[in-house]
Amino acid sequence: MGRIFKYVMLDIMKNRFVMVYTFILVLIGWSAFTLEDSSAKGILTLLNLILLTVPLVSILFSAIYIYNSAEFIELLISHPIKRKKIWLSLFWGLNSSLVTAFIIGAGIPLLIFAEPPLSFLMIGIGILITTIFVSLAMLCTIVYKDKAKGIGLTIVLWIYFALLFDGILLFLLFQFADYPIEQPMVLMTALSPLDLSRILILLQLDTSAIMGYTGAIFKDFFGTTIGMVVSLGLLILWGVLPFAYSLSKFKKKDL
Amino acid sequence: MIQIEKISKKFGKLSVLNSVDLFLNKGECIALIGPNGCGKTTLIKIILGMVIPDTGNILVNNESIFKAELYKKQIGYMPQIGRYPQNMTIGQIIKMIKGIRNSDAELDYDLYKAYDLDSLLDKKMSTLSGGTMQKVSAVLAFMFNPAILILDEPTAGLDPIAAEKLKQKIIAEKQKGKLIIITSHLLSELDDMVSELIFMQEGDIIFHQSVSALKTYTQTEKISKAILQILKAGKNGKNI
Repeated sequence: MGRIFKYVMLDIMKNRFVMVYTFILVLIGWSAFTLEDSSAKGILTLLNLILLTVPLVSILFSAIYIYNSAEFIELLISHPIKRKKIWLSLFWGLNSSLVTAFIIGAGIPLLIFAEPPLSFLMIGIGILITTIFVSLAMLCTIVYKDKAKGIGLTIVLWIYFALLFDGILLFLLFQFADYPIEQPMVLMTALSPLDLSRILILLQLDTSAIMGYTGAIFKDFFGTTIGMVVSLGLLILWGVLPFAYSLSKFKKKDL
Repeated sequence: MIQIEKISKKFGKLSVLNSVDLFLNKGECIALIGPNGCGKTTLIKIILGMVIPDTGNILVNNESIFKAELYKKQIGYMPQIGRYPQNMTIGQIIKMIKGIRNSDAELDYDLYKAYDLDSLLDKKMSTLSGGTMQKVSAVLAFMFNPAILILDEPTAGLDPIAAEKLKQKIIAEKQKGKLIIITSHLLSELDDMVSELIFMQEGDIIFHQSVSALKTYTQTEKISKAILQILKAGKNGKNI
């Protein structure tokens, strides 16, 4: 694993894109805290910005990088290296460079301006979201061999998770307002990693007024501690499952 | 050395290989020939683990290739069209492959010197001509002294001098007792190198013969003529 991982990391670091991404996160992070007057407000602003930008950058950059590495993968496969190793190295290379960018960009302002348990939770969520969307990107590149289709799929996924999902939830809420829909709603949130992370932060923030409908139900349903454990567990599943599936497909892929 | 058992492969509805059986021995220099799209490259890619067959098994040194990756240490592969990371230089590619192979065997720099790659090390892969790319592929295939060499259209795209150097190298390796598999359309080139012929058509092995037996049978001197004669005979309904 070590050697190929090293080559992937070096290659990504040479790419100026990750630097730009770090810079954008620095901008978002510092401005969120310096423009808002309380750190709780700052955290919420940062949370909303992170939930939009981190997934988009992670999924798009990873997918484009994997498609551009087609030659690299082909070259490696004719040498004595396990396919699993190649795919894992690509995953860890992408993941660690994007996570590093996140920690430098958003992690430092968080540690300076926010209180310890909350700031660590935010950093943890940023890392999880990066992992989840790298993992989804790798799934997209396996589903479509064609670059244009694959990148299209990543954009559709991002729109779905970042924008559409809340709309669908709200729509269902209004349509079925007369029925007891609390439990199905909790189940529905498990379908979106971004909603899960939002709930995770809001449970910790204890600002139930701005928690939104699903957050309130979540708290009601699980209580703070169990709610956090369940949503954290679901987030980890979101990170592991798409990658595991793409790995099993990659092992049988014709190149 | 390589034992191919009932390998079949379909791409969608198109059947590329129909239950191919082959036995390839050490010290042989085998030419894999046949019309375009007959499954030569697919067969090679299956041996290399790049394409996964639908059914069948391949043994290299009596070990199934689907269980371990280490058999690839014994294989040097020169692809038909080399595909390399575009933003790396020749030097970086060679260094990377050396690092990946991590081989303790003595490295073979014959072709590297013959093609004077030293002067090209700083060139990016994206700026290379097709021929130079082929030279890099050839150098990488021979560098690690593998016991099996798989060369897919090795001389296509090379200039005559480079092609001749490659041919000399292939002959030298053959005399060391290595197994060499070549696919080519230039039958006239194969004459001095090849000891066995495998003719494929639409995913089937039509024949697998030693060159000397073939020449005696058809009473010709050249491989190209022998093959033409067999193909004509085949059309007239005679079997080989």
